[in-house]
Amino acid sequence: MDHLLALVVAVPLIAAAAITAAGPLLGDRRRILDALAIAVAASVAVMLAVIMVRTAGGDEVYWFAGFRPARGIAIGIDFDAGSLSTGLACLAAVLVTAAMTFSWRYFERVATYYHTLMLTFLAGMAGFCLTGDIFDMFVWFELMGVSAYALTAYRPEERGPIQGALNFAITNSVGAYLTVCGIGLIYGRTGALNMAQIGTYIGHHRPGGLVTVAFLLIISGFLIKSAIVPFHFWLADAHAVAPTPVCVLFSGVMVELGLYAIARVYWSMFGQALGHRAAISHVFLTLGVLTAVVGALFCFRERHIKRLLAFSTISHAGMFLAGIALFTPLGLAGAAVYVAGHGLVKAALFLCTGIVLHRLGSVNETWLHGRGRQLRATGIVFTLAAFGLADLPPFATFLGKGYIDESAWAHGLPWVMGVFIACSVLVGGAVFRVAGGVFYGLGDPPTEDARMAEMAAEETSETESDKGRTPLTMIIPPAVLVTCAAGIALIPQLGPVVQAAAIRFQDQAGYNATVLGGAHILHPVAIATAESAEVTLSDVLTGVGSVIGALVLAFLALYWRRLPLLRRGYEPGAGLTAPIQRFQSGVINDYVTWIVLGLAAIGGALALVIR
Amino acid sequence: MQYFPFVVVAWILAVGLYGIVTSRHLVHLIMCLIVVQSSTYVLLLGVGYVTGAVAPYYFDITVHTPAVDPVVQALALTDVVVEAAVTSLLLAFAIQAHKRFGTLDPQELASLKG
Amino acid sequence: MTSSQRRWVFLAGMIGLVAFLLWGLLGLPGFGHYPGPYGSIINRIALRQTNATGTVSAINFDYRGFDTVGEEFILFVAAAGVSIVLRRLRGEREKSAIDEAADRNAPPTSDAVRMAALVFTGPLVVMGWWLTSHAQTNPSGGFQGGVILATAFILVYLAGEFLVFKRFSPVALTDAVEAIGAGGFVAIGLAAVGIGLAYLTNYLPKGEVAGAVSSGGTIPLISFFVGLEVAAAFILIVAELLEQTLLIRQGSA
Repeated sequence: MDHLLALVVAVPLIAAAAITAAGPLLGDRRRILDALAIAVAASVAVMLAVIMVRTAGGDEVYWFAGFRPARGIAIGIDFDAGSLSTGLACLAAVLVTAAMTFSWRYFERVATYYHTLMLTFLAGMAGFCLTGDIFDMFVWFELMGVSAYALTAYRPEERGPIQGALNFAITNSVGAYLTVCGIGLIYGRTGALNMAQIGTYIGHHRPGGLVTVAFLLIISGFLIKSAIVPFHFWLADAHAVAPTPVCVLFSGVMVELGLYAIARVYWSMFGQALGHRAAISHVFLTLGVLTAVVGALFCFRERHIKRLLAFSTISHAGMFLAGIALFTPLGLAGAAVYVAGHGLVKAALFLCTGIVLHRLGSVNETWLHGRGRQLRATGIVFTLAAFGLADLPPFATFLGKGYIDESAWAHGLPWVMGVFIACSVLVGGAVFRVAGGVFYGLGDPPTEDARMAEMAAEETSETESDKGRTPLTMIIPPAVLVTCAAGIALIPQLGPVVQAAAIRFQDQAGYNATVLGGAHILHPVAIATAESAEVTLSDVLTGVGSVIGALVLAFLALYWRRLPLLRRGYEPGAGLTAPIQRFQSGVINDYVTWIVLGLAAIGGALALVIR
Repeated sequence: MQYFPFVVVAWILAVGLYGIVTSRHLVHLIMCLIVVQSSTYVLLLGVGYVTGAVAPYYFDITVHTPAVDPVVQALALTDVVVEAAVTSLLLAFAIQAHKRFGTLDPQELASLKG
Repeated sequence: MTSSQRRWVFLAGMIGLVAFLLWGLLGLPGFGHYPGPYGSIINRIALRQTNATGTVSAINFDYRGFDTVGEEFILFVAAAGVSIVLRRLRGEREKSAIDEAADRNAPPTSDAVRMAALVFTGPLVVMGWWLTSHAQTNPSGGFQGGVILATAFILVYLAGEFLVFKRFSPVALTDAVEAIGAGGFVAIGLAAVGIGLAYLTNYLPKGEVAGAVSSGGTIPLISFFVGLEVAAAFILIVAELLEQTLLIRQGSA
């Protein structure tokens, strides 16, 4: 039996321990530890890629401590690797490698703990994606979470970090405890912790109050982690203050892991029991659309580049959730491809922002206007990544969004496509505005808020200012990531392959049989039929059209003062400032109140539709 | 009385969340988070209880003696360790917040707006 | 939101959430009627399979040992996080520390406290080790034992001997012990992979007699490493937190 699945988690953990033990001994020769950490992360990425290719034909199940299930009852913990879950873990490993390569020169003095925390973060993410046991999922969720809280606070003395880290830690901890409540509930009924076993047990009975409540409680932690409205407030605060390589991981993969978990919990445990009602799909679709719109609006009015990118992540998270909520294999496949493309492109954007911070000492878009002209290579990579974020063909983001739109259209929800195009235009416009203003000096600097200037000025101490050239270790990772994002789309038969993986993911009966009985399912069956994943000319035209729309919006945002029509006293976004400030207040009590209110609302909606 | 422990779970959760939402002091807020966590212990241990059964330690009783569920006890142990870890990290954050801002009031700590 | 607005919004939400929660909770089998099967099966087979009379530890370190690896590393990461956040602060103690309460002079430790603390330190160390090594026999284990071991060190502080406490637990050494504890657990699992078994399989001989210190296979070994790690992690955390109060006292003295 091949133990690659166990090594994927064990290797980064033992490397993290080894680095901590060896750190004081090596003293000044920290480069050895840097290289070791990068090597470990890269090897985990390679292992996961191998597993991903291997599981295209069927899930691989690995039972820890040798306790195999008997008569449909599992007494040990298992890892269940399918293409989708392994692919997401692989994305995480790739981004960790990129972030640590970037940090080689980014931090002048990195204490040993940085590498330790990044490796435990990676181990937590990998374990979270692969596990087939609900309590094990919680344990890796918490490992991921605690590593993230510590990494957010990893900064020289500034006012910002502790505020962001506190908000992040408290909201996500509340979510994690609610998840444990849900786990306790479902364990109380089924006496099992293995997802396949639970799914089999509750699938045969009518869903009652307990199943519905357990479902919402379990996913509440994941909803908070994936920054779905109204649980999203912590994300911008955390992003504003976390070091840039860490932001790469938060936006690129951590938020997406929350969404993956929602899909996993639904399709492996609760789907059959809840009956795949269309009403449930509509509840989550509404949440997704709301999140996409709110994220896009907040994104456009930001002047702090990292927070701008954070809000764009929230917007995309809404789109991913909508794709998952369609309950179709094509929607799920679209969300998967979109997540991959978005993760790579967003990571590249953050890394370029890190270069700007390193060289110029600020992330305030207003102050930076025109000053980025000397950073030519960074400007090119940033602009390319911006095109990727705006869903230009042939980036993977375009493909993923196209699949989601097609699936929504085929299910009688064409308005979803319209809303998403609008959100993409807003988000793309904001990023193009940054690219045009900072790197090419186009137009006039956007007006700024005094508070934002003060906040953005505090970013400077994260990294030392530089000597004149962008180091190679800082420019190569984003360039490679953007190339990969474009290259993914060139993989032959990507659509059908990912959709086949999605069908397998959604086949609950097949999953249960594979895990508990060792069956090998050749023809998985999902509740909705597969749809055509062809890229048509109209898709391409729509994609190009939305990019053009984003460019026009950015142009307007940069040149509005020079245009006679808009010049008369109208500042785009001015009217939104005050009400928005009232929501994104930074006060933790407010955030928790919204969590309670949001859960009560979703709970009420679910209670009405599931009886 | 068969459901009383579970009602207590909901009550403790409510009290803890109320404390978090109305808190004016970070250390108080962290303690309320611990209270929220305690509700999960009550839930876990409550679902595993078997009336009239003994603890699952078999050094002087046979394996066939009815015993309570050991799995939830292991889960609760894991939960306690996780909570201790998160709490210590949060308290460290609170100390640094006090150093930086001079205050532990969450509402005054909000230096990031919008 | 203002305070009172927040309170009302919260109460509205909480009433809904509690109602929702109770709807679910009342669907459970009543208190005392655990349906099984997970717990019942483990109760029947744990003694036979692992020779461990402590079923909960058998679950923690054998059946669900993989969970415990993650949990151990959570504690490891928390200790690292506390160090990151607080160690940096020490460097700028010379600049204006906002928290410079002039009246923060802890009274000198009374002789009774000092005596009691020093008397108990030794027995606590012994108790900690006893608990750590008896995971497979009774309700103890690495976590419980580790915490008690850490308490023994903290008692030294309580006796007023902070510098002695620091000398007995220098940061680098404690870090190393913690890392060995954490890495050791993972390594035991990898050793199983090395001999071709699934990760974390209990491959050591389980002993002749049930419930002895040598029974349980890898359980006492894992418990030892966990004890090391937990003790070191808590010593680190408490030391960092204590430094905050003490260095101020020394500064203003």
